[in-house]
Amino acid sequence: MATGVAELERGWRGPRTRARARAWADTAHHRLLQILALTVFVAVVLIAWQTVQGALPALRAYGWRFLISQDWDPVAEHFGALPYLFGTAMSSALALLLALPLGIGTAITLVELAPRRVGSIVAFVVELLASIPSIVYGLWGLFVLAPTLRSIYEPWLIKHFGFVPLFRGFPFGIGMLNAGIVLGVMIVPTIVSISREILLSMPRALREAALALGATRAEAIGVTLDAARPGILGAVILALGRALGETMAVTMVIGNTNRMSISLLAPGATMASVIANEFTEATTKLHLSALIEIALVLLAATTLVNAAARLLVIWTTGGRRDVAGAA
Amino acid sequence: MSPARPEIPAPLAMHGPSLRRRVSNTAMTVLCYTAAVLVILPLALILWHVVRLGLPAFTPAFFLNLPKPTGESGGGMANAIVGTGLLVAMGTLMAVPIGVGAGVFLAEHGNGRFGTMVRTTADVLAGVPSIVIGVAAYGLVVVPMGRFSGLAGGVALALIMLPTIVRSTEEVVRLVPRSYREAALALGAPRWRVIQEVVLPAAAPAVLTAVLLALARAAGETAPLLFTALGSRFWSVAIDRPMASLPVYIYDYARAPYDDWNRQAWTAALVLLLLVTVVSALVRLTTRRIPRP
Repeated sequence: MATGVAELERGWRGPRTRARARAWADTAHHRLLQILALTVFVAVVLIAWQTVQGALPALRAYGWRFLISQDWDPVAEHFGALPYLFGTAMSSALALLLALPLGIGTAITLVELAPRRVGSIVAFVVELLASIPSIVYGLWGLFVLAPTLRSIYEPWLIKHFGFVPLFRGFPFGIGMLNAGIVLGVMIVPTIVSISREILLSMPRALREAALALGATRAEAIGVTLDAARPGILGAVILALGRALGETMAVTMVIGNTNRMSISLLAPGATMASVIANEFTEATTKLHLSALIEIALVLLAATTLVNAAARLLVIWTTGGRRDVAGAA
Repeated sequence: MSPARPEIPAPLAMHGPSLRRRVSNTAMTVLCYTAAVLVILPLALILWHVVRLGLPAFTPAFFLNLPKPTGESGGGMANAIVGTGLLVAMGTLMAVPIGVGAGVFLAEHGNGRFGTMVRTTADVLAGVPSIVIGVAAYGLVVVPMGRFSGLAGGVALALIMLPTIVRSTEEVVRLVPRSYREAALALGAPRWRVIQEVVLPAAAPAVLTAVLLALARAAGETAPLLFTALGSRFWSVAIDRPMASLPVYIYDYARAPYDDWNRQAWTAALVLLLLVTVVSALVRLTTRRIPRP
């Protein structure tokens, strides 16, 4: 704490015994808080340790082949996670592709275009979107989005764009496309709220200078966006971190098959979805361990992605705590 | 023929931006507004479908009855509603003392290396996917106990809530004016009493807000419960046994091939939305400036 307070403390001279009891109580209180803080640290270490420990048998059995093999056969005990790595990458990329323009456009609308009142109402609604449980998104994707995709949009895509490998196949309704859309809807709030904070933190002088030079409103916003670029990139990477680990909604709409396909219409699986699907049904030790190794890969990937995002956000906003906290 | 006069550019204000620039300006404005509408649209759609499809089975029976055996229609989710309450209560009981204590530590004594370390790990924990938390809780609680249990689910939810509570508590405790501390110290209060009786009460409403938001989020989590609390079709109030919960029920009932179960899944989603989204909306509306998790 600040020196002023420390001096006040030192300045108080009471009877010696009272002073001693008081020092003891202060130390005890400090230690108690320290132990509680240590608990948080220990909890994270335990999570990491537990995941590594559980993954060891699979790590020993397969080594690096685990990440590049396509074979996932619990009966024959061949485990390769490539289809799931691919599914996670593909669904997250699709989600980003959808959420990125929408999210940034919305953030610009909220900060620069819409009247202040409308802006704050929309910001509130977007936060509401973020509070909807993932299972509800999954339910919606399964019972509302999937039939619509199956009967209207996917046949249309096949008819008009079927020559592109991305849109070849049958209209299942569930599959990569559905997962990408649901994931996109789920990560948009992250992009909007952090981009909004970052745009708000940009100096107004940037915009005013551009306008004074005769720039149109769009051009002035372009100048601000240019300055905000690293922070917005941070917001996007953070959203990516969320998409990588999202489980329930994806599990319900992706179709869960370990076959890899370049087509968006085909079903697939992600790292998170295969864990959710097979964990309670894993009968052999190696199967369980392979699933835990997938969890380990997921943990490492999201931690790295989140760290990168946080650094970018903190860097652009000059370490403003509230913004970094929002991240 | 008079000599050509040199072209003098007119002031910009006279003819304004070129047509191309004006068109791109309008186009960008329209695109941004469209994006905002497209972002809000799914929320409206989801709320509409959950209410429309959830209302038919939203009857007292749903709240009071146990699930019927597989294939029979009717029944309710009383056990899951109670189970979700118990799981969240267990998570809160574990996460609040640790989280608030750690947050106060970070705000009051956390400027050293140990503080930075704890802060960083709390941030890491906030980014851990909930399914990984479930896997860890399985290894930490389910394996040693030898069976799936509500307690394991409570631990998993506590781990989900912890980072939000830690970071929000730190932030709001730091916002308590320094004059409060100085006044209390000047009156001769020891430092621990200053923290317990002056700083914490001043920060309490904001801490409560953070706890409620964390609680609402935890109540809707499914992934960490799948292989910790597992689920149950009976009354499940013993914390050392598998315990039912609303999100896991939605997952199971949505995948089941029975129309009646699918209908109940929507009703459960409606109940969950009322619990989760309404709580966080109310919390956000009633508090002016809340530090976000």
